[in-house]
Order: sequence, then structure tokens, then C-alpha cells
Amino acid sequence: MDSIYIKKHIGASEIIGPLLIVDGVMGVGFGELIEIEQKGMKRLGRVLEVEGERAVCQIFAGTSGIDRERVRVRFTGSSMKLPVSEEMVGRTFDGLGIPIDGGGDIVGEEERDINGYPLNPDAREYPRDNILSGISAIDGLATLIRGQKLPIFSGSGLPHNEIAAQIVNQAKISKEEDFYIIFAGLGIKADDASFFLRKFEEGGALGRLITFLNLADSPSVERLITPRCALTVAEYLAFKKNKHVLVIMSDLTNYCEALREVSSARGEVPSRKGYPGYLYSDLSTIYERTGRVEGKKGSITQIPILTMPNDDITHPIPDLTGYITEGQIVLSRELHQKGIYPPIDILSSLSRLMKDGIGEGHTRKDHPNLCSQLYASYSRVARVRSLATIIGEEELSETDRSYIKFGDAFEKEFLNQGKTEIRSIEDTLKLGWKILGNLPESELARVSKEEIEEYWSK
Amino acid sequence: MGEGTIFRISGPIVVSKETYDIVMNEEVRVGDEELIGEVIEINGDKAVIQVYEDTTGIRPGARVFGTGSLLSVELGPGLISQTFDGIQRPLTIIKKEHGIFIKRGAKSPPLPRNMEWDVDIHLKEGNEVHSNTIIGVVKETSIVNHKILIPPGISGKVVEIIEASSYKVDDPICIVEGEDGVKKELSLFHRWPVRKKRPFRKRFPPEEILFTGQRVIDFIFPIAKGGVAAIPGGFGTGKTVTQHSLAKWADADIIIYIGCGERGNEMAQVLEEFPLLKDPRSKKSIMERTILIANTSNMPVTARESSIYTGITIAEYYRDMGYDVALMADSTSRWAEALREISGRMEEMPAERGYPAYLGTRLAEFYERGGRMEVAEGRVGSVSIIGAVSPPGGDFSEPVTTNTKRFVRAFWVLDTRLAYSRHYPAISWTDSYSEYFDEISTWWEEQDVPIRELRGRVMEVLHEEKKLLQIVQLVGEGALPERERLTLKEAELIREGFLQQNALSVDAYCSPAKQYRMIKIILDFGEGALDLLERGVPLFKIIELPIFSEIKRMGMEIPNEKTDKFDELEGKVKEEFERLKSEYG
Repeated sequence: MDSIYIKKHIGASEIIGPLLIVDGVMGVGFGELIEIEQKGMKRLGRVLEVEGERAVCQIFAGTSGIDRERVRVRFTGSSMKLPVSEEMVGRTFDGLGIPIDGGGDIVGEEERDINGYPLNPDAREYPRDNILSGISAIDGLATLIRGQKLPIFSGSGLPHNEIAAQIVNQAKISKEEDFYIIFAGLGIKADDASFFLRKFEEGGALGRLITFLNLADSPSVERLITPRCALTVAEYLAFKKNKHVLVIMSDLTNYCEALREVSSARGEVPSRKGYPGYLYSDLSTIYERTGRVEGKKGSITQIPILTMPNDDITHPIPDLTGYITEGQIVLSRELHQKGIYPPIDILSSLSRLMKDGIGEGHTRKDHPNLCSQLYASYSRVARVRSLATIIGEEELSETDRSYIKFGDAFEKEFLNQGKTEIRSIEDTLKLGWKILGNLPESELARVSKEEIEEYWSK
Repeated sequence: MGEGTIFRISGPIVVSKETYDIVMNEEVRVGDEELIGEVIEINGDKAVIQVYEDTTGIRPGARVFGTGSLLSVELGPGLISQTFDGIQRPLTIIKKEHGIFIKRGAKSPPLPRNMEWDVDIHLKEGNEVHSNTIIGVVKETSIVNHKILIPPGISGKVVEIIEASSYKVDDPICIVEGEDGVKKELSLFHRWPVRKKRPFRKRFPPEEILFTGQRVIDFIFPIAKGGVAAIPGGFGTGKTVTQHSLAKWADADIIIYIGCGERGNEMAQVLEEFPLLKDPRSKKSIMERTILIANTSNMPVTARESSIYTGITIAEYYRDMGYDVALMADSTSRWAEALREISGRMEEMPAERGYPAYLGTRLAEFYERGGRMEVAEGRVGSVSIIGAVSPPGGDFSEPVTTNTKRFVRAFWVLDTRLAYSRHYPAISWTDSYSEYFDEISTWWEEQDVPIRELRGRVMEVLHEEKKLLQIVQLVGEGALPERERLTLKEAELIREGFLQQNALSVDAYCSPAKQYRMIKIILDFGEGALDLLERGVPLFKIIELPIFSEIKRMGMEIPNEKTDKFDELEGKVKEEFERLKSEYG
């Protein structure tokens, strides 16, 4: 039915960065997919703005090599659609959803608009079940919940890729249910991409994995599409096929850079640091495609990874992300330099949804209080350490010295673990109680007397 | 009715040309799918229209039709316990009709047309009526008597009452003849343009407390019924949890909760949790007095802009019935960003940080719609507004925070450091303020609570603590004299035992009596301990008493109605202090 809208045109009037401006086409729809062809090479694009007979189009693969006068533009009359089916599991795609593993095309069970639609808030179900990663710092203190979006805020040179790979390989959900992982690489280095694929293979996760790869040298604008392809498949699997889906995306910073590039080519009024004023709304159309829905068994959980430019958490990218996601896992350069893996700075990390997915019936009944106690005690460690640098450790009171011991144990025993080591939740909680043994009982105000008797040992 | 032809499309903004008979802020329908839009600028035959739905696929040449009315909401029985989006589409009904995703063009009337209401009619034929006269009363929920009002602007004589055993919202109920002889048929509901404030007779100064059950608010930085407050805080500082607590426990008759550009899962939490909670006064589900407006961040940005107006108009409508309404807007920053985004798409000249120059004016218009007002002879109602602000990067010098500060009288600053150490609610006692304290202190005094004195002492201790902690940073706590270390301990009790409040325990709602008992025990402890120090009892002997940690936990452990437990605790403090006194006496 869309065919009457297909329009062909030869030549463009302007080329600015990734934008192609076409004049003299009537009736082009806002947001529709276009195909351009030059000497047999096809590229895809999208209409960003229409004004009368003028269409501003964004070319995903970039405009380099395009001949303004000879380029053939085909307006397809509909927005970009992705064929989806369960056969995509185990396959690898490029940033636009085209197979690159030599395994042939996907015969879609249906075609879906990659932009999706907003979930009706009234149809959502509040997420309550956890996903255990086998990493103590995450499972114990910032538990991931099915249906949650929990980003990792990292910095360049920090081991976020290792952590992501470890989560993918070790993630398990409490009940035996179908569980898929979608990995979307957004502008990542070729080395990183092969690192991920190798890790997934080693971990045996390939059988439940779908990969979308937009590499650092792939066209930057293409990565505006990649997360949407990944999430379109995720929505199909979760809400049509009732599967649990974990989507890992790295690196959202590259995505935002691409958005800024397009925005500035369009000459838009910038907001903070040159990013467009709609960065928040745009990111929300990615992050909010997460959750559970009433009447459906499946769920979508997201772990977006982003590197904070200059380790600055107030930079617009982590800042706006933090306002949309349900918490964050923050990596610390200081812990990394100390040789702690994973270097998770738990004081600035937070999982907003964990309170409803831990404790009796989920993990163990002492988990919430133990978690609160570890947080409270470790936050005191920072203060004691700074005091110790001023007055010297010998001058500290006995209680304060026990905090120094606790702090070291927390970092070296609790946080620190091997890159393939899987700790069960019982082991994590046991370890938590063990390191609390460094503190006197009177300092344990957040756990109950009964819990102290049952789990705590001096 | 007006018409036009689409010519330009840029995201949610479309421009039509050859437009005629269209007025500013008129509600229009765009394209074949009849997407809902509003005219926001007229320039010659061009009209700029913001569309409240996704505009993908709209083409130049598509038609625009006027509806002849300004962007309006429906006001009548059936609003309470519903969830609407930013342009008052009923989300539960939309879900039933269109599935889990909100697709374009999904429409349904906000007030269910098939529900029948029993009306207790108050008017007789021949009565003189004017704006806000009560036509009759409908039991909307078990706790809300919905008064059917003569819409503002209509006055005259009732010429006919249409008697029926029950009415649907659009059934006629009476006919009013104006002075000009024109007869108007009225039904249970009417429409009102969202951007126009509903008229009232007189504004009163606020004098009664809006009691929230949150100690740091009620006791330290209170808000009045009809007051306006803002909660600024960076991400993770607990804005939403605080807003939820206020929506759950504030002693207003009606609660309007606007989720404006926030998380979908948070709305899911509200929808799941609120129906299960009981209002401490009426003992009924709090949903029976609550209306939710959910326009999450991924829903169209234009509807986010209008959600604030939809909410405040509904609030004013219930105010006109004589109710105390409290409106929570989470978050006004997302609303301001929507303004910025729309302004950018209209290529307006930006002012500070890309926000339009009229940001301050719009904020003022919104907050000024709060207040305590006389709406008809002897009928007074109020709208209290509590707006969350999300300053980017936690920077309070940004335009939304600074402009908001100009128009609110209570400012509850959420402190990132408090939140990191899991001190909730993370309301800073150094940066927050409330200008309502003086007006409201009589309310406490009427209940024999010497609030000025108690609050004065609390602030004094906390101020002292701040100074002492700077010294401790340098020399360690051990170097302070015992008396000053006692002040630190007293401050610790105030912080952990009084200001902190666990939203997930019996402490979620704290009654006025409990607030008073708690602070009294803490301050008496401080005073008694000072007396002991002067008698030569060492500090460690006092703070190692088990009652020290018991006082810290009393909020969590003693429910509101168990006042005898406070007697017991007070007795214990006295007893232990006497024992120490005699030991060292």
C-alpha cells in the first residue's frame, strides 16, 4: 500500500557532512527510509526534515564519494523496518541489521519499525526478579533486576569490556527459562569487537547471542540506527516470544557523538557542550525500551556501557543517562590502579530496583540489611582514610583503625575477583559477613541482632 | 472551521500554509490519522503546530483541520483513580483498545461515557446561578464527593432541571438562561482550556500546614496548604521517592501526580503500589483520591510540555469544589527541556543554555496557579504545588533551578553527599528553606508543641556540628573537649534518629504526635547528658548506653499509635541517667 509513495529522484542540491539535501520532491514523508545509489553502491538514509519540496536526509554510511549531480535517490515511502525472527539467535549483523557472518539473509517472521512505539505506562509491570552475574559487587550491592536498565559508567582504559563480557557469560536467572543476550557494539574498536566475540565463544554464550556490530571505522551515523535494531529484536523476542532478553550496548558515548555530529551539520541550536537539546528525549527512546509488560512472560533488561569523557560524571552523556536509567554502576580509576578487578566504586553506584528483587524469596533474607550495612561502613572508610592521611594511622581511635582494616578487606576480598570466577549469591553474602568481622559489633547498626547471631563471626 | 495544508515537518513541529480560520492555541487534527496538535504560532497564512503524537510518515500536502476549541481537558466525575497521558488520553482504556504500545492516532474520551452517576441535585428551577454554583453532588469514590459546578463564565437563572434516576457524563442535567436570554444546556462535565487559569474570587494567605508525615518537612521546612515548593536534586538523590512519599501521605483531599518525562518503571511502581496503601485518615485506598498523569520520557515531547497544564487544570477544578489539592510534578526540568526542544525546532532565539527567553514567565505562570482561594460564597479551596527539579550535573546555577527559586517559597535541596551515605530523605538542612514556617507555627502551637523553641534548638545543634566537623577533619574527634563531642553525638541522634526516615517501614508516615515525642526525647537526652558531663560522668559511659542506639531506631520501631512505647523509652532514659548520676555522684 506504500508503493504509491515511492519516489525517485536524481541529484541533490547540497551535501553537508552526513546530510544530503534534495530539492524538488513532493510528498516525502517525515522519517521515511531512503536508498541512494551511486555507481552501483547502495546506501541507506532517513528523512530528518521536510519543507515543501525540500527533504533533509541523513545518510547512514556517510556522504563521502557522492556525486551531487548524479546520485539517485529513492524515497521508500515508509520508515526503516527490520525483519525479525528467532533464527537471528547465534547470528552476527552489521550496524544496520544486515548479516555479516556469511550465514545468509534472515527470513523475517515479521517486519518491525525500528523506532518502535512507546510502551503504555499502564501496561508495564514493575520488575521484581533478579539476574545474577556471579560478580559480588553487582549481585551483592547493586543487583540487576529483570526489566531494569542499569548502565556501566566507565572511563577510557578501564576494564568495562571485561566486565560486560563476564556478565554476558555468567548471567543467569533464577528459574530455568529461555534467556537471550543481544550485544550491540556502537563504534567500538575492531580489537574490542574481536575480544567480545572471543569471550562469548569461550564462555559458550554464542548459542543464545545476537550480535550487532558498528565498528569505530564504520560510518558514525549508522550507529544511530544500531541500538534501535537491537531493541527491535529484543521487543520481538520478549513480548512476542516471551523470552528474557539482556541487551548490552557499548559504547553509548559514541552514539551521542554521532547525534551531535548530525545536529551540528543541521545547524541546530546546541545545549550543553554542543549536544542537541533533545539528547535526553533521544536517549530515552533507547533506554525506555526496557521492562516487563503485564500478561507477557518475557522481559528486556539493558546494560548500556558508556565512557565518561575525562572521567566526568557530570558530563551531559552520563548525567542525562543517569536521569533515565534505574541506577548506575560506576567504575573507579583509583581502584583500577590499585589492581582491583572489577574496580566498581560502590558508593556512587546504585541499583534503584534492587530493593524489590532481593531478600527472602529472591536471594536470602539477610541480603537487604547486609547490603545497607556494607554501604554504610564502606562510606565511613573513606572519611577515616582521609583523616589518617592527616593525623597518621597510629593516632586513629581503635574503632577507626578497624574501619581501615575493613576497607582493605572490602576491596581486596569482596570486590576483587577473577575474570572468570563465578561467585554464587550465597558465597557473596558469606564473604560480606566475613569482612564485617573486622568491625566491632557495636558498629553494626543496620543489621538486626538475629542476623548478627546467625551469620556474623568475629 | 479552520483548515490548512502541511508544508514543513520537523519532528513534533509541523507548519501549515494557506491556513485560515485558526486561532492561537486551537486544538487541531493533522493528517489522515487525525493526530492531535495545537497551534502555537500564527504568521500570515502560516501556522506552527505542535503535534502530540509521533509525526513519522506525515507528508507535505497533508491536511490540517481546526476543532474550533482551544486545547482543553474534560472536567467531570470519573477522573479520580485514572491514569492519563499529557493530553488527557485515558491510558487504561487505550491499553484495552490498542495493546501494550501507544500507537499513533489512539483516541478515547477521558471521561468514560458509559458510566452512570447518581446525582443529588441541589438546584431548583428559578434559582439564580453563577460561576461555580453547585448543581449537584456525585459520589465519585467512597471519599470524594464530586460537586458538579456551573462552569466559569456562565450565570443566569435555572429554567429547567432534567430529572433522571442516573446520568451519564454527557446527559443534560439543567438548562440555564443567561441575562441575554440565551439558554445553555449543562451536563455533568465541561471542557476547560488547559493554558487558561480557572477564575476565583480572592486569594488568601496560606495558614494551615499541608501535613506530609515527613519529619524534615513538617518540622523543619514545612509547606502550607496552597503553598508552592520545589525539590531540586541530582540523579540518585531520591526526588522521586520523596515525591511518592508526599503523594502517599500528604493530608490533601485530592492528589494529582504528574510523571513528566520520567521513567516508565516508576509509573508502574506507582500504579502497583498506590492501590494497596491506605490513607492514614480515611483508611481507604489512596487511589480513591489520586489522579495520575503519566507522560514518560519516551512519549512525545510535546505531550510532556502539556502534561503540566493538564494536571494543574484538573487540580484547579477540584479546588473549585472546595477541596485542598496537592499537585506533584516530577520533573519540571523535563518540562522545561520540552519547552527548549520545541523552541529550538521553531528556530527561536535561545537565551541561557539554549532555553527560550520566556522560561521564567512560563514557570511563574505555572507556580502562580497554586494558592488558597475563595472560589464562591464561603467556599475556599487550595492547590499546593510541589515541583521536582533535576539540575544537570547537580549544578544549581542552571536556569531551571534559578528561575524556579524565584517563584517558590519552600525549597527542599536534595544533597548528593547525604544520598551517597544513604541518608534519606536527603533534604539538606543547610541549603533548604521554607518561608511558610512562621505562618504555620501556630498550627503546631495549637497542639501544645513549642515548635519555635524545638526547631531553634535542632538547627543550633546541626549548625554547631557543621563547624565542629571542620575541626575534626583536621585533628580528629579525639582532640575535641567532651562537651563538644557531646554536641556531635546529639547531632548524630538528630540526623539518624529524627531527620532520616525510612520510606519502606512503619516510619513511612510519622504522625504529629510521634514527631513531637521523638524530637523531645532526643533533645531531653542531649540536655540530660550535658548535665551528667558537668557532674563528671565521662561521655563514653553515656553513649555506650543501649538507649543511645534505641533512640536512633525509635522511628523505625515504634508505630504512630504506640505512644506508651515513648513513655517507656523516656522512662528508661531517666532511669539510666539517674543510675549514672548516683554512680558518679
